[in-house]
Amino acid sequence: MTPALQGLLTIAIGVSGCVGYFYLSNLFLDKVLFPPRGPNAGQNINRANLIRPWLFLFPALAALGLYLAYPVVETLRLSLTERVPGSGYRWVGLDNYTQMAAEPKFWEAMRNNMFWLIVVPAMSTAFGLLVAQLTDRIRWGNFAKSLIFMPMAISFVGASVIWKLVYDARPTEQDQIGILNALYIFFGGTEPNTWLTIPFWNSFFLMVVLIWIQTGFAMVILSAALRGIPEETIEAAILDGANPFQIFFRIKVPQIKTTILVVWTTITITVLKVFDIVFAMTNGQWETQVLANYMYDKLFRANDWGVGSASAMVIMLLVTPILVWNVRNARKEME
Amino acid sequence: MSDIAGTKPALRGVVHLSVIFLVILWVIPTLGLLISSFRTADQISSSGWWRSLFPSEQNLTLRSAAPEAQVLENGVYVIQGALFGEDEQVTISRWGISSRDVGVFEPGETAELRRGGIITVDEAGNYRMENSEEFTGKRGARIFVTAELPPEFTLDNYRKILLDQTSTDSMAKAFFNTLTVTIPATIIPILVAAFAAYALAWMDFPGRALLIAAVVGLLVVPLQLALIPLLKFHLSIGIGKGYLGVWLAHTGFGMPLAIYLLRNYMAGLPRDLIENARVDGATEFQIFTKLILPLSFPALASFAIFQFLWTWNDLLVAKVFLIDATGQTTVMTNRIVELLGTRGGNWEILATAAFVSIFVPLVVFFAMQKYLVRGLLAGSVK
Repeated sequence: MTPALQGLLTIAIGVSGCVGYFYLSNLFLDKVLFPPRGPNAGQNINRANLIRPWLFLFPALAALGLYLAYPVVETLRLSLTERVPGSGYRWVGLDNYTQMAAEPKFWEAMRNNMFWLIVVPAMSTAFGLLVAQLTDRIRWGNFAKSLIFMPMAISFVGASVIWKLVYDARPTEQDQIGILNALYIFFGGTEPNTWLTIPFWNSFFLMVVLIWIQTGFAMVILSAALRGIPEETIEAAILDGANPFQIFFRIKVPQIKTTILVVWTTITITVLKVFDIVFAMTNGQWETQVLANYMYDKLFRANDWGVGSASAMVIMLLVTPILVWNVRNARKEME
Repeated sequence: MSDIAGTKPALRGVVHLSVIFLVILWVIPTLGLLISSFRTADQISSSGWWRSLFPSEQNLTLRSAAPEAQVLENGVYVIQGALFGEDEQVTISRWGISSRDVGVFEPGETAELRRGGIITVDEAGNYRMENSEEFTGKRGARIFVTAELPPEFTLDNYRKILLDQTSTDSMAKAFFNTLTVTIPATIIPILVAAFAAYALAWMDFPGRALLIAAVVGLLVVPLQLALIPLLKFHLSIGIGKGYLGVWLAHTGFGMPLAIYLLRNYMAGLPRDLIENARVDGATEFQIFTKLILPLSFPALASFAIFQFLWTWNDLLVAKVFLIDATGQTTVMTNRIVELLGTRGGNWEILATAAFVSIFVPLVVFFAMQKYLVRGLLAGSVK
């Protein structure tokens, strides 16, 4: 069977399975289990209404539990064990973590991740805010915004190819085909640089790719927030003689502080998970390793599930503060 | 906003210029790759893509007609012809017959051929070779020209990547594989999540607030944690690596965002509408299918776009749950990464392959931008 046909069949089975499940289980509840008639009609209606939410929720909860909640626990367990060939797993306590902490590559990944965590959210948010503010006042703003938003639709891998061409380097005597080197030479540089192999700085050239992608996201959200600012506050500031910069930094930015924070944390989470860009552009060579790629290396190249899981737990640990903050905010909003 | 008292015309100009600058900065990288995908390998490696938009001076190595084309004119053997086709508008500035000095002659000058005889080349690329003896050999003489060539683009790269089944660089199979992954992985989670979102928005039951909080929490769990446990799980229940596994994985990973987006939207629907339907005796199932689903279309569309972009562009989930050792089920992102390794310098192949994979999401993006923006605004945790 060709995959395309299998795909169509899966859609058909999946969709009709879902609809069938919901329809039949509701039918069973109403007609067989607790029919709303006979001597216990009232009681039956109440009972049915007690069960029904769980019928609606069951498939989603199963997917959430199996594909997201269970792996967190299982990864924690795996990070504390070691695979013994042929006979399952052995409890090793924190050995995987100490082994990982002894590896220079791990610390390289941690150091780079810290830079990623500071630079990418900061730059994306700053550029996003800048574009949102500038385009707010001009007629072709929406057109400009949709061009800057466009990289959101491009895969990390596609973006990697795009930027590899930008960073391309040819020998000195040839014409440069990478625009960065061409500009560098044009403005008086003597020799073309292979930008991605210069340790320390090359990480920043990789970050540029993610900033390029994420700025559009920041811009969209912040642009909506800027539009939501009450006009009166700005008018009052103008009457008081504030200049445009004062209006922006003293009146507008403080009013959208929470939105900026939301954008910042959302990009932070994306940064922690970033894998494709490093994998496709340098694969962690020349000191560009990051945690997600380090973990992939350990899991699927070195086949070391213990250390791989331990590094996954480090990523989880770094996400946790944001997780807690999000949950608390959501609960506050519910009340 | 556009006519605040404080804005000076000078500042307006600066604003326009800065926006133009930023837009160019953002578009240039993509534009470079797009243009490169329409150039030949030689063009790409000999000049930057930004030069391809203008006529450019290039060094070409061409060949005259073979000796068998010679004719005898008044006791002299003559080969003549044109180096360029009639429809090509070319002006030659310099030419030569030795690779050591390719630009030694001006158009109209005459050079002595190494194997006897003389040659002259004019500005338009017409040449004439004369010899008192017969020209010998199988191939014509090499002629090096420096010429101003008009911009030239080709669709050959796309033909090779998409249509040529025998080519090792073909993306056709990977394209269909990506499509096969994407469509079920977009549709199934929507349906599952919609029911759950309705229950969380409009049904009262103990533990509801806790469940919503859990969904918000799971929203940020990195999927890296799920790789090994789920691969182990898939292997143990016999799914192994394959489409079914990747569909299930995408369904699971997309679930928190789907539930979150849809619940928020559904919770905002007017309460009267649903209560009236309940009073009229509609069952919950009917309310959901006849009322809630059609009304939630914008939210469903938002999530569908997110999930589509995310599954189409995904590399990690496909690598872990789909692509086995045979490589028969490879997806486009994975093909491109392989090409980056094996064809690192062949930009015509890389650029075209990348654009084949980027094209579909870009179309979706520009066609449905409105829903994407709406979804983003609803999806970022307030």
